[in-house]
Amino acid sequence: MAQSVELSEDLLRQIGAEKSKFGEIWGFIRRWPIIPLFLLALLIFTGVFADLLAPHDPIIARPDNRNIPPVWETPIVLNIKTTADPLAFPDPVDKPIEEAMLKYGITPTVENTATQEAVETAFKDIGYVAKVKWSSWDHILGGDNIGRDLLSRIIHGARVSLVVVTVALIFGLLIGVSMGLVAGYFGGLIDEVIMRVTDIWLGLPFILVAIVAVIAFGQTFTILIVLLGILSWTPFVRNVRGEVLSLKTRDYVSLAKVAGCSTFRILVWHILPGTINTIIVIATLRVGQLILTEAILSFLGAGIPPPTPAWGAMVNDGRPYINDAWWISFFPGVAIFLVVMSLNFLGDWLRDRLDPRLRQLN
Amino acid sequence: MEGARSMIVFLVRRIIFACFAMIGATFITFGLSRAAGDPRYLYAQEGGYGLTQERWDELGRELGLDKPLVWQYSVWLANIVKGNWQDSLLDRKDVFGKIMDRLPPTLKFALTSYIFAGVIGIPLGVLSAVSRGSLWDYVGRGFALFGQALPVFWVGIMLILIFSVKLRWFPTGTLGEGFFEWKYYVLPTITLGWIAAATYLRLVRSSMLEILDSEFIKLARAKGVSYNTLIWKHGFRNALIAPLTFSSLLLTGFITGAVVTETIFAIPGLGRLAFQAINNNDFPIMVGVVLVWTALYVAMNFLTDMIYALVDPRIRYT
Repeated sequence: MAQSVELSEDLLRQIGAEKSKFGEIWGFIRRWPIIPLFLLALLIFTGVFADLLAPHDPIIARPDNRNIPPVWETPIVLNIKTTADPLAFPDPVDKPIEEAMLKYGITPTVENTATQEAVETAFKDIGYVAKVKWSSWDHILGGDNIGRDLLSRIIHGARVSLVVVTVALIFGLLIGVSMGLVAGYFGGLIDEVIMRVTDIWLGLPFILVAIVAVIAFGQTFTILIVLLGILSWTPFVRNVRGEVLSLKTRDYVSLAKVAGCSTFRILVWHILPGTINTIIVIATLRVGQLILTEAILSFLGAGIPPPTPAWGAMVNDGRPYINDAWWISFFPGVAIFLVVMSLNFLGDWLRDRLDPRLRQLN
Repeated sequence: MEGARSMIVFLVRRIIFACFAMIGATFITFGLSRAAGDPRYLYAQEGGYGLTQERWDELGRELGLDKPLVWQYSVWLANIVKGNWQDSLLDRKDVFGKIMDRLPPTLKFALTSYIFAGVIGIPLGVLSAVSRGSLWDYVGRGFALFGQALPVFWVGIMLILIFSVKLRWFPTGTLGEGFFEWKYYVLPTITLGWIAAATYLRLVRSSMLEILDSEFIKLARAKGVSYNTLIWKHGFRNALIAPLTFSSLLLTGFITGAVVTETIFAIPGLGRLAFQAINNNDFPIMVGVVLVWTALYVAMNFLTDMIYALVDPRIRYT
């Protein structure tokens, strides 16, 4: 009896007939890719309007903003020196203002902890030079290792990722789809050669080859796009070929042949439309991979040429400062994660809708 | 008889494919390294102090730079076939020896990552498929979601921040001095293995769901087969095929991951060696490492096909 009640509740949930408002919304969110679509729209919006949205210039460095923490972080005293000599060895404190003051025998009050200047004056009064890290609303996510506003760089990084990955994907799409069409349609030796080339390509240690290529041809946008493009075509070939193999035996293709259509026309007008679903699904799932690869290349210093903001390179920028400025590495990584996650979600959803046979594809 | 014959055909095809793959990969690297610049600059500047034009040309002849690219590559290939891996340009040491020095660390933490991926990914995938919609399903899917979308290098850095800098549980880098010091392996293993575990989990989960929905499972259930036998014997064994085919692709992912992980955790492995060699344009090492990686990939591919045929007797060698 108990089981039947449970089942019917489950059924109700499946057909989306919940009673509560919350359940209704939750069901809606689960059935439609609302969150991924929102995040991707946000990405495209920030990418397109990066110049208007970014509060600061993403490239000009302000060394006095170096490593400043995000707004919600408590300001801390970084180090204290006995003289103003820049070469003097400082006493590393790394403590919130009040604690640091107590350590040096200053009574913290509302006035002398209010602003950066006040704290510095308080220490100057007893003969010390204090270096204070102060957060402000001007730099919501803080500053990076050479004093550039992190938020502005992340916003501009969205544009860079968007452009690079879109162009690379179109590039890979053209190669992959046309190779898949040709391999599937003509079969025989051409098919064999294309499929073996694809297999060999999959085995290529891409990251090493990419770094060598970047050194050989210079670190430019064009090279990066070409590299990502030639990385992205492989999954298209295999799946499009599979589709074509079944599509080419259909009656309407034979009819087109009898009617005297050219091979090119049959491929583009009669077979290609049948593979569109597969292509859309793979493309969506592939974009995420491309963003990750681009980030890895940038991280290794072989991606987008600096000082153009790239999320992967920004994570690398913060690596030496991870001890006392975690935000430099943290936020760009979160941005990558959100975008890739959205794309994966959307890809899964599209796959279930458009092409359930691709479920084995990861 | 027929079986043995098809087996031989299969092997021959595989060997030809392996040769093509290795030649293709090394030739691309070789050509690119030539395009990247004159390797003589590692030693000296042309026309620099104390370096006569004759000596410069002689160096060029030693490296075969006066010959066309294909010829240079053929010489390199012939040497490899003879077992001579040439000397590294920078320190004049045998490349094979250098690679063998650097291979064990990479293999060690790649192996632990692989085990991690299998031990976490496969059972969690089964659990999440069997109890669909439960807490375990959400845990599993969350694990997979993060694993597939988080950048490897970011995971590594954040693990260092949390477990090394803040909590001080694990060391920040290297693999330690001894043969296997587990503390050093934890963070690199998670960094490299998470994405693989996530992929395993997803594959096992989806194929498990598909199989549990199939007719033979319904029949077995109707016959009164016990729940555990149903899941583990009928379902799980069939669901394992998808992750198995993925194993060789996983290796290519590991190569990228290894370069990044070794960079973050300062592990003196193969990825690091290749990265440094690339930056020095030290082509014997570069091409050598690419050769080793491609050989590993081909071997893994072959092994996968064999296991595949063992697990699923319907599959024939083609």
